[in-house]
Amino acid sequence: MSNSFRAYVGNEKHQKVLIPIISIVLGFIVGIIIMLFSQLNAGYLFTALLRGVFGINTKFIGTSRSVFNARYIGEFLVSSMPLILTGLSVAFAYRCGLFNIGAEGQVMMGSLFSIVVALSFPGLPKVILLPMVVIAGALGGTIWGFIPGLLKAKYNVHEVVVTIMLNYVGLYFLNWTVKSLPGSSLVRTVDIPDAAWLGSDFLSDITNNSRLHWGFIIVIIAVYAFYYIMNKTTFGYELRAVGFNKDAAKYAGINVNKNAILAMTLSGTFAGLAGTLLTCGTFNYGRVIPAFENYGFNGIVAALVGGNTAIGSVLGGLLFGALQAIQPIMQANGIPREIAIIITSAIIIFVAMQNGIKSVLNKIGNKEA
Amino acid sequence: MNNVVEMKDITKRFPGIIANSHVNFDLRQGEIHALLGENGAGKSTLMSVLFGLYQAEEGEILIRGEKVDIKDPNVATKIGIGMVHQHFKLVHNLSITENIILGVEPKNRWHQVDLKKGRAQVVALSEKYGLTVDPDELIENITVGMQQRVEILKMLYRNSNILIFDEPTAVLTPQEIDDLIIVMRNLVNEGKSIILITHKLKEIMAIADRCTVLRRGECISTVEVAKSNPSELAEMMVGRKVNLDLNKKEIDEHKTVMKIRNLSVKDSKGLDAVKNFNLDVRTGEIMCVAGIDGNGQSELIQGITGLTPCSGGTIEFLGKEIQNTKIRERTEMGLGHIPEDRQKYGLVMDFDIKENMVLQSYFKEPFSTHGKLNKEAIKEYSDRLVEEYDVRSSQGSDTTSRSLSGGNQQKAIIAREVDRSPALLLAAQPTRGLDVGAIEFIHKSIVAERDKGKAVLLFSLELEEVLSLSDKIAVIYEGEIVGVLDAKDATENELGLLMSGAKKGDLPDYE
Ligand SMILES: Nc1ncnc2c1ncn2[C@@H]1O[C@H](COP(=O)(O)OP(=O)(O)OP(=O)(O)O)[C@@H](O)[C@H]1O
Ligand SMILES: [Mg+2]
Repeated sequence: MSNSFRAYVGNEKHQKVLIPIISIVLGFIVGIIIMLFSQLNAGYLFTALLRGVFGINTKFIGTSRSVFNARYIGEFLVSSMPLILTGLSVAFAYRCGLFNIGAEGQVMMGSLFSIVVALSFPGLPKVILLPMVVIAGALGGTIWGFIPGLLKAKYNVHEVVVTIMLNYVGLYFLNWTVKSLPGSSLVRTVDIPDAAWLGSDFLSDITNNSRLHWGFIIVIIAVYAFYYIMNKTTFGYELRAVGFNKDAAKYAGINVNKNAILAMTLSGTFAGLAGTLLTCGTFNYGRVIPAFENYGFNGIVAALVGGNTAIGSVLGGLLFGALQAIQPIMQANGIPREIAIIITSAIIIFVAMQNGIKSVLNKIGNKEA
Repeated sequence: MNNVVEMKDITKRFPGIIANSHVNFDLRQGEIHALLGENGAGKSTLMSVLFGLYQAEEGEILIRGEKVDIKDPNVATKIGIGMVHQHFKLVHNLSITENIILGVEPKNRWHQVDLKKGRAQVVALSEKYGLTVDPDELIENITVGMQQRVEILKMLYRNSNILIFDEPTAVLTPQEIDDLIIVMRNLVNEGKSIILITHKLKEIMAIADRCTVLRRGECISTVEVAKSNPSELAEMMVGRKVNLDLNKKEIDEHKTVMKIRNLSVKDSKGLDAVKNFNLDVRTGEIMCVAGIDGNGQSELIQGITGLTPCSGGTIEFLGKEIQNTKIRERTEMGLGHIPEDRQKYGLVMDFDIKENMVLQSYFKEPFSTHGKLNKEAIKEYSDRLVEEYDVRSSQGSDTTSRSLSGGNQQKAIIAREVDRSPALLLAAQPTRGLDVGAIEFIHKSIVAERDKGKAVLLFSLELEEVLSLSDKIAVIYEGEIVGVLDAKDATENELGLLMSGAKKGDLPDYE
């Protein structure tokens, strides 16, 4: 091995990027091995990825049918966007040393607030109603993040316990409310008014009738806001100081409790927005949810893979969005969608083993020439 | 010659710096070999290479004449090398016994950890070497000196016979240092060989056989201690003459900046560690609180700075009672604090140097405007401090604090606190872990603050520092001041009597 390669992998800065990539590759290798053992054609994994992410259908190469279908790209983005937001949510709390397991419930509260506002003001024009719906969603998540933050700061109740509990409260509260809204059936509300809808014919047209919606602008703003707050503001400085070393933060006169509350609260805001995107973008009605949909839990993984940074959460969200998007395609090829879930889980395990990967990298980096 | 360790031509680089450059070092059977050098000279790095924590890019290591490849600390342990690190590596919520046996636990028939057997072995070892510890106590409840004994027992438990001590005495009280010296002599008599890193020349003169001096990563020379003297060693290490004499300006007028009355502060167990405490700190004066470690100094510091709430009494600072105010407010009023535990309170280790330099001022102009950080201003300020206070690192202000050498971490904190020129500077063990050159500089900076008319409240366990730096000495015993004396008239002997509680001294009238 060349010297420069060893220096590269031994460098801590590069390792931050290398470790997630290695984990992802290893995750896919595990998936492929399992496919080989189950005598499934591992090639389908890649054709599914090509199709699900880039819209390229390899089966049509050489035929008269169009190889490229933009709809898949649109759908891939649609499944990634909520995950990016929940990834940001988890990452934001984590940077302050808090573990937000409650993005799941915060997403639901975001959905709930959005749908209630959307259905309550049917007459309003889009320029007014749509921002209201977005703000409502953000607010729903914010409240659901504030509660564990407050309990943590005031009574030192562990945020993990509270957020897990609030996930259930959120789930049942959402279902109960959705069912009680006027006109709702047992599984959904009535359609939201057009003025509350994030969808767009234009976006749909350019992606061959996908469900792509304006929510991506919200995502872009959220990503930038995360980055800006964390790295450019005194507030972000305080959050990071608390996250790294509570004692030193206290010594510096930083209010540790206040920052814990704020971190959880804003963490909830990001997740709440994901709820808005789901109800007013991906769908256009409120849904009764039989069980957790894992937006929050996958957000934990997206944040973890992304090293709890803004850009990392985007990449993590896209990765797990892709793994979600390829499931129907794989299934159509006779490959159980569980393979994608296995890959996701394997990646989680490898990311969790990052210290091990790191020590291997360090060994390589340290080898005598 | 009977060399147990030979390190030949060792070179170790970090991004931006060569920590060791073609260093040669050897250790003879049964000797105590001191390693001396400025902060950041590469002492800890060289020993980490020997202990397998780092791999050298160049050079080779021979143990008892045989070439070895020390890939990791496990290999080092196996070939009998043990190390007590500069910053201890103990599990705080485990007991002393558990910490010592961790990783090489004795097993019973069912392959379960045999704590009883481990405990017995620990007790036997501690008796053999005079390292008294309570095997069942948790690490979080014991003093630093005790923690160090645990680290030493850890090495002995693993049958190490090449023992590396990285600045063991920096955190110890004078009494504990004497004890440690005896322990080290015992160890050598038992056939062990010792490498001792220390900045204290007195210790080197007292127990080392030879001394190797490093400067900026290079080996300057190895000398027989018996044929050398402290000032020669200091000069070799710093590259110039060191002058520890302090010239203080005569100041006649003093104003009281801090009045502490009937203060009590509880310790972590809820007992009164400070009680009925009275003290005046005045401008243009260095007031030193001296005492044997564990007599309430830490709690007093925490109470004054606001890290722990006071349970009674008042602290008046610049005419205002502050015992209930927030830390930020105290800092803003002009209270500076060089904390005892630099890694716990003083630095956010994962921040880079520049972020740490503005730890209490990041929210103010020019470092931020309307909540937005001004990275250029922060960097500029930090660059100046790094330069002025000679904080040595691999990438200047952008270096993560974690990679700084111990002494340079300390220098960074001192730079930050002294440069703010607070009305009252509370300095707890300010020169802990610093080389003599740096001590000279820091002492001069503290005196300069005093001469400017600022007040300094010093906490130090080192009698020499206490006597040379302070104007007044207040001796603390079991949480109370038992005597206040002029540093000019104080003798080590008298201080010793007061500190041990054997005698009561004079107290000023506190109205
Ligand atoms: N992990 C690391 N990454 C980058 N640089 C490092 C690392 N460890 C040490 N250094 C740098 O190498 C140099 C030598 O550090 P070392 O800790 O060996 O000094 P030292 O002689 O032990 O000093 P001190 O007396 O202050 O403890 C320092 O400039 C330090 O900044
Ligand atoms: Mg060191």
